[in-house]
Amino acid sequence: MIEIRWHGRGGQGAKTASLLLADAAFNTGKYIQGFPEYGPERMGAPITAYNRISETPITIHSNIYEPDYVVVVDDTLLDAVDVTSGLKETGAIVINSSKEPEEIKQKLKGYKGEIYLVDARKISLETLGKYFPNTPMLAAIAKVSKVMTDEELINDMEGSLKHKFAKKPEVIEGNMNALKMALNEVKKI
Amino acid sequence: MSIRERLSGNEAAAIAMKQINPDVVAAFPITPSTEIPQYFSTFVSNGAVDTEFVAVESEHSAMSACIGAEAAGARAMTATSANGLSLMWEMIYIASSMRLPIVMSLVNRAVSGPLNIHNDHSDAYGARDAGWIMLFSENNQEAYDNLIMAHRIAEHKDVQLPLMVCQDGFITSHSIENIELIEDEKVKEFVGKYEPEHYLLNDKEPMAMGPLDVQPYLFEHKYQQANAMKNAKNVILEVSKDFEKMTGRKYSFFEEYKMEDAEIVVVCMNSTAGTTKFVVDTLRENGIKAGLLKIRMYRPFPAEEIAKALSKAKAVAILDKADSVSGAGGALFTDVTSGMYINGIKVPAVNYIYGIGGRDTTSYDIEGVYKDLQEIVKTGKTENPYRYFGVRREK
Repeated sequence: MIEIRWHGRGGQGAKTASLLLADAAFNTGKYIQGFPEYGPERMGAPITAYNRISETPITIHSNIYEPDYVVVVDDTLLDAVDVTSGLKETGAIVINSSKEPEEIKQKLKGYKGEIYLVDARKISLETLGKYFPNTPMLAAIAKVSKVMTDEELINDMEGSLKHKFAKKPEVIEGNMNALKMALNEVKKI
Repeated sequence: MSIRERLSGNEAAAIAMKQINPDVVAAFPITPSTEIPQYFSTFVSNGAVDTEFVAVESEHSAMSACIGAEAAGARAMTATSANGLSLMWEMIYIASSMRLPIVMSLVNRAVSGPLNIHNDHSDAYGARDAGWIMLFSENNQEAYDNLIMAHRIAEHKDVQLPLMVCQDGFITSHSIENIELIEDEKVKEFVGKYEPEHYLLNDKEPMAMGPLDVQPYLFEHKYQQANAMKNAKNVILEVSKDFEKMTGRKYSFFEEYKMEDAEIVVVCMNSTAGTTKFVVDTLRENGIKAGLLKIRMYRPFPAEEIAKALSKAKAVAILDKADSVSGAGGALFTDVTSGMYINGIKVPAVNYIYGIGGRDTTSYDIEGVYKDLQEIVKTGKTENPYRYFGVRREK
């Protein structure tokens, strides 16, 4: 079983991204859980969401305290939230940031696992013209966690976007480009 | 072939309602059950069901509308949580005493105050003496399955009582998980048509319903209600057996998980049972004989069967996700231990109040409970049976 914890800010789509990841993993035949931690949600406030992905049925129903992977959708959270809390050192953290690797490393208080960076703001602005970091972050974590192949993710997302945005083809193209760009650009530091 | 899907618990409940296609749904939105009538109202708008959807101005009216509809001879459903159920209070007793088999989806949430929208079982516990059949659900699958079985149980001529299907607010209602759905046609055939024996809109049998019931009668009517609740036990088994034939999924009064040789046992309801299964598996890998008894049917309460199932254990912990504020344990604890006493089962038993107001219940918490039980078995001492876990307090 793979456990993933998402850190984002209200309105950035971290919850949606966790549900999309659950959907995509479900479509490759896995057992999945996707759930946010509901608190007093406000635009911009730190929020947490979770995924469990497994080959066998999942019975546990609690938040995730020792995740295999952590996704940080907003790098300002690195100063506000203990994002590596309980994160396994055999796992990895994926951060949306344009900052220098050294600066990021300093903020992670000596986390010994793998650290990945992707500039989801740049990708999102280039492909969608607006700042929606969730699609690039979804691609980045799918790649890093290897819960599915790039091809599986691309096919699945194309299918579900076509279904959801049948009347807005420009949204489909932009998101697919964001997805592919993030798959290429996510880099280990 | 069943349909492989992934749905939240609320979506699962709404889909079950769509497949049941009741005559009337009356509801008022309240977190965390809001999505159920919300999704259902889209099914009504899209013509997926031909239900009369009554968007009422309060939960008291929602239950009143369900009562009116059922009394008229229609099949009625609703959904609510916590304070919504509190506002229905007057009417839920009237529904059961008028023997109206209304089906409710109760998405469990803490009853205020202070105000909290998260999960515990204080809403359901408040209604435990109201004369409703109460089924609890570990996950989205069970919430769905229990609803598909609900009308067959509630409407049975030996029962004729309202029924509520409980699931944990947010924990399962808002979590997307795998689920196996049943084909629409099969559900339709399984649930069947509602043909009440007596109903108001039958012009061949003019009658009054719910009139004044004074000293010479009320006691007898309450006695009949209690008998109907007892009858529900057999009906629940029969319907569960038919359900198993259709789906392969087995249901009974409770689920016994790794209980054959279990020495230390946890008794609980809803989503915590899933987390407990995870812990039982881990403990079993280390040779610890842990087991779980998950209550599905809370009303009627299978006291004798539970006592028998616990008779071989060396220590039992009963978990209550609501405090009865009695200073003497939660409601499930008193129900289980009274059943054990009456049936002559003398096994050390302790109570834990936990998870109040959505406090996360972790596998570490449940491991702690089993550790405590091992200690009781080792020392032979129970000491304080009225315990808590997961709460910050002065030592």
